[in-house]
Parts: sequence; C-alpha cells; structure tokens
Amino acid sequence: MCLAVPARVAAVEERYAWIEAYGNRRRVATGLVPEVKVGDYVLVHAGCVLQVIDEPEAKETLRLLEEVYGTSL
Amino acid sequence: MGFTTAMENWSAFRDPELAKRIVAEIKARVTRPVKIMEVCGTHTVAISRTGIRQSLEGYVELKSGPGCPVCVTDDTDIDGMIHLARQPGVIITTFGDMMRVPGSSSSLLEEKAQGADIRVVYSPLDAVQVAEENPGRQVIFLGVGFETTAPTITLALEETRRRRLDNFFLYSSHKLVPPALVALLEDAELGLDGFLLPGHVSAVLGRQAYDFIAQEYGCPAVIAGFEPVDILYAVSLLVKMVEDERPEVVNAYPRVVKEEGNPLAQERIREFFRPVTVRWRGLGEIPISGLELAETYADLNAVTRFLAGGRGFGYGGTEPGAKLRGCACGEVLKGKIDPDQCPLFDRVCTPTHPVGPCMVSSEGSCAAHYRYDRH
Ligand code: SF4
Repeated sequence: MCLAVPARVAAVEERYAWIEAYGNRRRVATGLVPEVKVGDYVLVHAGCVLQVIDEPEAKETLRLLEEVYGTSL
Repeated sequence: MGFTTAMENWSAFRDPELAKRIVAEIKARVTRPVKIMEVCGTHTVAISRTGIRQSLEGYVELKSGPGCPVCVTDDTDIDGMIHLARQPGVIITTFGDMMRVPGSSSSLLEEKAQGADIRVVYSPLDAVQVAEENPGRQVIFLGVGFETTAPTITLALEETRRRRLDNFFLYSSHKLVPPALVALLEDAELGLDGFLLPGHVSAVLGRQAYDFIAQEYGCPAVIAGFEPVDILYAVSLLVKMVEDERPEVVNAYPRVVKEEGNPLAQERIREFFRPVTVRWRGLGEIPISGLELAETYADLNAVTRFLAGGRGFGYGGTEPGAKLRGCACGEVLKGKIDPDQCPLFDRVCTPTHPVGPCMVSSEGSCAAHYRYDRH
C-alpha cells in the first residue's frame, strides 16, 4: 500500500506537476515537495509527490556495491 | 542525464549477477540462522516474488510483520466503515485494497452489491473532487495507511478548505510504524535479530526516527529500497551487524530516504492529526500508534459526525477483539507463524475465497505466500 512509483516531472503548475511514468502522463499534487522542477525524478504515492529521487545518491550506492562485490554495473 | 539513461542506471538495482554475489556473500558470512522481519507489504511481495525468501532459506529467515495497512485495520474499524456505507445519502470513497476486506459480517464490496455508493479512488484528492461534484451528498474518505499515506490526506483536507466544501469527511484509520516496532521489540517470544525497515515510510520519517531500535533495544535495522539488489544489500548489512554484534540503524536507500526524511510532510502530519492509542488487528491495542484528526479539523471527522457509538464500537454485532472465523492473521502479522502454518491456508482460505485480510490484500503475507511461496 505504501507503493510509490518513480516518475519524471514533465511540467510544473501551482501546487501540481505533470509526470511521465511508464509512458503515461498524469497530474500529481506537489504540496509535500513544493521545490520539484522539470526534469526531476520523483517518487509518487497516492497522486502526490513524496520525495525527489537523488540521482547522485543512486550512483553512489551503485559505486559502493561495485566496490564491494566487484561487478561492473 | 536523460530519462532512459537514469532508468538504465537504476536497472543495476535489478542486476541478477550482482544479486547472486550478494546472496553468496550472505551465506558465507552467516554462522547461525538469522531472523529478520520486514514490516512493509511491498517488501513482503518483492521478497516472495523474486525468490529472495527461498534463496536464503536455512541462512536467513525472512519473517513478514505487520506491514500492510489494510491487514492491520481492526475488525471494529472495518465494521464502522461498513456502517458508514449504509447511511443514506453517503458516498464512500476508498483505496481499492479495502473493498474485499471482511469485517465481522460483510465487506465494502458486498455493501456495494447491495446498493451502497462506494467509489474506488486513486488519490485522496480524487475524493475531494467527488465531494465537489456531489454537493447534496456526504462524501467520506476511508483513510488507511502509514506515514507514507497520511501526508497525502492532509493535502486533501487542505483542498476541502480551499474549495469551501462542507460535505467531505475523513474516517482516519491511519497508523504509525515506530510504535508497532516497539510492540514487536518488546515481544521476547519473537526473538528477532533485525528489522528491514520500510523504504517509503522512511522517505517521510527519515533515518533518525529509528535510532531507538539500536540504541534502546540493541537491535540492528536497515532501511531498504524495493529492487532485489536493494533488499539483498540491506539483508547483507543486517547479517554483518548481527555477526559483529554491532547494532546500528543504517540507511541503504539514500536515493530516496534522507537523514531527516521529509520535514514538510512530518510537519503536516502534526498539524492535521493528533497521535492516539488504537487497535491493530493481530497486535491489539498499541499506545499512541494511530492518527486522529486534530481539533482544528474536528468538523471533518466522520467518526464524530456519523458514528453514534464512536470508534471501536461493535457495529458488526461482535465483541471488539473477538477472534473471527479461525483466522490466524494475528499470529501471522506478528511473525509468530508463517501463513502456511495457519490451518485454513490453501484449504479454506485462498485469494478467491479469502477468510482474513492477509489473504485479501495483494500485499498481505498470506496472499504473497499463496502466490509465490507454496511448496
Ligand atoms: S491463511 Fe487466511 S485464515 Fe489463515 S491467517 Fe491467512 S488470511 Fe487468515
């Protein structure tokens, strides 16, 4: 139920944003993360943006895993 | 970075080769079976679906806890919701997961078949829209969910004020994860070695909200994402902490979870709700583990407005807390038994004929075990 899906922000309006996920466009509320901007990857839950996905952090985790497990990702 | 590039990069979190290496490392490290509980329904499903539970058998025992908000909704709440659905003129709006959950004598789906106006919405803001389009009717939203969902409800409540609607009400059955963790940690019988913490609840709460697990209970805990590599990486960190006897609360999902979480979302929960003691199905009453509407928003409270007996009253005609139909959900939700140890599992209780909510909800432990883990 706490499922949240990643999506890319395509446009922002007052209190709302248009996101693209799996080929669909949808209008979601941005009241919980007012600073979202076009191009951000966000996590959407129940029609609301919950958090911006931090791409440098994603890369850092993968770098760490690569270091420990020796795969090139 | 373009859309595809980012998504391609993230697909590394699903890399089977990497997953295999982590599994091998976990198995090499473990000196005795480690018992870990996941407390998020999305983890439960991911762990079963991807075969992680089975791939670690004999080394790491992955127990499903009370991670599905639908499953932990008490019978008295379900019965209260059904009672609301029977009021003339009322429109019930709800997330789809709630429809088939059995109360003591009916479900929302059965009520709908009997003519009740019950509408499934994707977002609480859609429920506000229903209220605006039906000015002569009273629209009640059934608020079920953990810290992930509660902030989204506050946006809906705010929207009703903005649109000056007087026909939108909330039945708040929202619950808080940390108090449930305390209840589990204090249950010595469980003997848990560590917790896999819910990624999206943590997106709101932040890592620091869980420090008490290691500091007060000496139990390690790791916040995990939802891809196979995310989960295995978190399990490997847990196993290491168990083996080294150095419990900490670690954030293994930093691309989504910040140290302090989402402070604005937390702030909104504090503004719109007040913490109260509530009943959890299976776990019983847990102190300060639920959210009731704050005084300022009391006029939006469906309980005071429509339920003369108040919350927890036996609207379905059974004693609150009575164990129903031989369903062992309580034991399953605490991780005391696995779903297939319930005498009804797969014999009487199946996803098409569910007896308990753990089999109804797609994220329930029994449903996940039925679909992916039956031997
Ligand atoms: S198998 Fe069915 S009856 Fe048994 S605990 Fe699960 S939901 Fe309840």
